[in-house]
Amino acid sequence: MKTTYNVNEKGYYGEFGGAYIPEMLYPNIEELRQNYLKITAEPSFRQEFHQLLKDYVGRPSPLYFAKRLSEKYNTKIYLKREDLNHTGAHKVNNTIGQILLAQRLGKTRIIAETGAGQHGVATATVCALMGIECVVYMGEVDIARQAPNVARMKMLGAKVVPALSGSRTLKDATNEAMRDWINNPLDTHYIVGSVVGPHPYPDMVARFQSVVSEEIKKQLLEKEGTKNPDYLIACVGGGSNAAGTYYHYLDNTDVNIIAVEAAGKGIDTGESAATSVLGKEGIIHGSKTLLMQTGDGQITEPYSISAGLDYPGVGPMHANLYKTGRAEFISITDDEAMTAGLELSQLEGIIPAIETSHALAVFEHKKFKPEDIIVLNLSGRGDKDLQNYIDYFKL
Amino acid sequence: MNRINNKLREHKKLLSIYFTAGYPNLNDTVSIIQELEHSGIDMIEIGLPFSDPLADGPTIQDSSTRALKNGMTSELLFNQLKDIRETVSIPLIIMGYFNPMLQYGVEAFCKKCQDVGIDGLIIPDLPVDVYHDQYKSTFEKYGLANIFLITPQTSDERIRFIDSVSDGFIYMVSSASTTGAKTGFGNEQTDYFERIANMKLKNPQIVGFGISNNETFKQATQYAKGAIIGSAFIKHLTKNGTENVRAFTELILK
Ligand SMILES: Cc1ncc(COP(=O)(O)O)c(C=O)c1O
Repeated sequence: MKTTYNVNEKGYYGEFGGAYIPEMLYPNIEELRQNYLKITAEPSFRQEFHQLLKDYVGRPSPLYFAKRLSEKYNTKIYLKREDLNHTGAHKVNNTIGQILLAQRLGKTRIIAETGAGQHGVATATVCALMGIECVVYMGEVDIARQAPNVARMKMLGAKVVPALSGSRTLKDATNEAMRDWINNPLDTHYIVGSVVGPHPYPDMVARFQSVVSEEIKKQLLEKEGTKNPDYLIACVGGGSNAAGTYYHYLDNTDVNIIAVEAAGKGIDTGESAATSVLGKEGIIHGSKTLLMQTGDGQITEPYSISAGLDYPGVGPMHANLYKTGRAEFISITDDEAMTAGLELSQLEGIIPAIETSHALAVFEHKKFKPEDIIVLNLSGRGDKDLQNYIDYFKL
Repeated sequence: MNRINNKLREHKKLLSIYFTAGYPNLNDTVSIIQELEHSGIDMIEIGLPFSDPLADGPTIQDSSTRALKNGMTSELLFNQLKDIRETVSIPLIIMGYFNPMLQYGVEAFCKKCQDVGIDGLIIPDLPVDVYHDQYKSTFEKYGLANIFLITPQTSDERIRFIDSVSDGFIYMVSSASTTGAKTGFGNEQTDYFERIANMKLKNPQIVGFGISNNETFKQATQYAKGAIIGSAFIKHLTKNGTENVRAFTELILK
């Protein structure tokens, strides 16, 4: 049998995945598991999903040949412009899909967690669009460092609830959202923002994001006469923009996959979020995957300058890509990322999200051949991070 | 024969108390257990603290955070408990999340439990099907009962499956909620208690979540074999320290 890097029928990627959830969540997760493939395959769902991606999100997002960046690194770099989506990042591909699913399941209240606030904004946006109540959990630390997105969520009518436990970042916001769901099991759907959490979330979110690689195939064929780039590059927090970028190439090993994690202040500094290097197998948010933890199995508090990558785990798909060697994992420090973000701004006139800047920093790390075709997911724009860039570079 | 099953055979309603190991102070574990037994408690759940307790409300979250800050670990808990069976004879259950056990090694963890005299485990995030496929034989090898949760949303079919896999009691979560004392039970709860009682399950049921006083204890045990108190006892410890455990249990059992 051909190996597949996609999910199996039990919800595992290799040994990673599954649904390690308290019984209180079982009925909700089971309802999703039994319905997500059926509902998302219905013609009326597909029609509405694609219509909204086109007319509301503005898809397909361009595949842009970054000429000056390519010249600088003497290779061929294409940027998949998810930053041009409505709301400014890839996250909205998933929230459109999940809100349509939630409606078909008869849910009348939406909850979500957010780190950088991009997923929170994307969720608040689709809730406004559909007239559904929206509650977003966000770590107190992230509320402070992503203020523009907090304001946007409020403007969109969502309630933003600070997560005050633990490191008060993305992991804790996710805990709070899960507790909310335990307390509101009947009317509420939880829109998870990345390819994390119990099965079927990782697969469901990856499928909604897979539109990214579906488009890359078509667009690259037009521009280069081949569907296959030599390399795909994406940053990995939980891993949803990466999963979307890799999805249709997972089992095509002619295409190399690079996953970029946040090293924070450096792998060995104790202030890092580089899960593949620092993590061990375990269970976080209902999924068996790689996560950063103590020898005693307590989940450790990660650090990254980027709120969207400040997560102690990765999705189970990525844990398996790492373990099997299918993907190369590279960790990028705060400083390297910030420098790469400034560089893209001044070479191409595109200010990227700090999450995305981590992916861009790969070009300083790894040498590519002049004829290599590289597609990098420009997962989000930097508007939300302007203050951080300004403070960092003293602009 | 397992102490849990013997206890369940007694002709009385059972009161079980949960506390977080390492809270309020790192070395309170043994004295809290002894005090609870002396004050007439039937069974104890020793909480192994976890950094990310998904199913817990603020009270148990806070006690877990404090216990971890105090330095509690799986190894230390086993050390504290190593002579516990010299002084304590009621059933002792460890309640904790799966990741710390996974890191300790599930088999090693179960063996340690047997060595120190633990009778069973409650692991909210170890699903019954994974347990059934992968871990049941290990638990049985070390004489440990694994206790599963059911909620008002659990289907009858699944309750029957859980009943068939369980040996001990079924932990009946009183309402759709995380842990933490609520004020009283309404019709919704009593309907649910009655529905489960009418299923005539093989395993007795013990109700947990939201039991905080004599009234809620009586309501729950009208239908079920017993009740478990967690957050309300933690709050008592926070306020009164470990000296006056009996004052708490007397209020429940009065
Ligand atoms: C622009 C951007 N890129 C990447 C991420 C990381 O998420 P994921 O790994 O799920 O793509 C985020 C998360 O907030 C984001 O806002």
